[in-house]
Amino acid sequence: MLYIDCPYCGKRAHEEFTYIGDATKKRPDGAEKNDPAWVDYVYTRDNPRGPHLELWHHGLGCREVVKVLRNILTHEILGAGRPADEIPLPETETKP
Amino acid sequence: MAEYSVFSLIQNALTGHKNWQRAWRDPEPKPSYDVVIVGGGGHGLATAFYLAKVHGIRNVAVLEKGWLGGGNTGRNTTIVRSNYMLDDNAHFYEKSMKLWENLSHELNFNVMFSQRGVLNLAHSDGQMDRFARRGNSMRLNGIDAELLDRKEVKRMIPYLNYSDEARFPIYGGLLQPRGGTARHDAVAWGLARGADRLGVDIIQNCEVTGFKRTGNRIEAVETSRGTIGCGKIGFAVAGNTGYLASKLGMKLPIESHVLQAFVSEPLKPLIDHVVTYGAGHFYLSQSDKGGLVFGGDLDMYNSYAQRGNMETIDHVMRGGIAMVPSLSRLRLLRHWGGIMDMSMDGSPIIGKSPIDNLYLNCGWCYGGFKATPGSGWVFAHTIAEDEPHPLNAGLRLDRFERGHILDEEATGPVPGHH
Repeated sequence: MLYIDCPYCGKRAHEEFTYIGDATKKRPDGAEKNDPAWVDYVYTRDNPRGPHLELWHHGLGCREVVKVLRNILTHEILGAGRPADEIPLPETETKP
Repeated sequence: MAEYSVFSLIQNALTGHKNWQRAWRDPEPKPSYDVVIVGGGGHGLATAFYLAKVHGIRNVAVLEKGWLGGGNTGRNTTIVRSNYMLDDNAHFYEKSMKLWENLSHELNFNVMFSQRGVLNLAHSDGQMDRFARRGNSMRLNGIDAELLDRKEVKRMIPYLNYSDEARFPIYGGLLQPRGGTARHDAVAWGLARGADRLGVDIIQNCEVTGFKRTGNRIEAVETSRGTIGCGKIGFAVAGNTGYLASKLGMKLPIESHVLQAFVSEPLKPLIDHVVTYGAGHFYLSQSDKGGLVFGGDLDMYNSYAQRGNMETIDHVMRGGIAMVPSLSRLRLLRHWGGIMDMSMDGSPIIGKSPIDNLYLNCGWCYGGFKATPGSGWVFAHTIAEDEPHPLNAGLRLDRFERGHILDEEATGPVPGHH
């Protein structure tokens, strides 16, 4: 089990959450006519082998969306916060 | 290396099986090759085999970071089928099926391909309608498909849960009689031996760590066994495609996810077919050793870890017991995880890349094993001719920006939904 430190509820098992995906993707402006920007948003992923910022929905808890920093090579959860929060990399982690 | 036959078997039996030769060489890497294939799983080995056999390109190396077939080729549930609805998928997987049907002969190696039939169960009228549509599409594309009603399914497979109290009662199913299973390790070994006999160098314990680039070309790969020059280079590295691509500054429509698989304690013959549950995600068959082999959904979060979580194991078992109640008394022997390269539309990507001499073979999602020979066959063509074969023209990487996605399940660009 993974334990996610929900900023609203505290530490909870990940089975209370639904995985949404990559948190670094920003939806292009509605007026954006540039296809590559939309292709990048909809389809392209960094898919790093290491720390990954991602969104989880706490459906069986506060029902809020939570931002999580997780090392996807080890599954270790390195931090969590609200979607607008900056979650810094712990000093022991290096980008792969 | 000697041809395997009943005569070689008798001859070696008479000498106590002490004179069998190794099935493929263990060469030192040469300074450079015409084609370097990264990844010594089924797809990479099949690509090398068909490059040598069909296209006459024999100065080829397959680089494998661990041992042959130690990745997803040794981790799947061995199911082979071609029951796809969309044309671009259907023709490609059917080509693969036809190669499977002759693979043991072609390789002179028994891959134990067993066409025991793949049955997808339906649990509602709507699902039966969808299966009728898929079955009709398959038949129009020349692929075998039979829609069975509840009575026919019950006659064929009596051990399912036909109770009226089942949460998802069985309405019928779609059968592909030519589908089945193959022995996954034998596929890797047979292809390795076949490629090696045609002159391909298979280099194990050789991890690619970087690339030497000149302009928009890759001149050489840096590996744990030295620098190896390459005329052309192909990736067949499944879940690690994103990682290798990131070393080239390339981003792909792929997420890596972990998928677990399971094998039970061995039993007397019980499951004669491949059966899949239609109200959840569960697929079941029985190996020749007697173990029931099965799997279910992804763990649903990105992972490169090759191990999964208890919650998903629990979920898979619930699906299995809903379909076959007698499974509840079985003990699990082993379970493991493999890393799926989940593409954003659920279909594979085989074709050219933005780099001139790099070719991509990735995005296999849940189902790379069944594609092994077909994937190698079209990938070899793509590398040799520098353009896709008509069978993988629809599987090119640029389909995402052109809007020609191949979303078989119509679930949108979310890997966990495919």
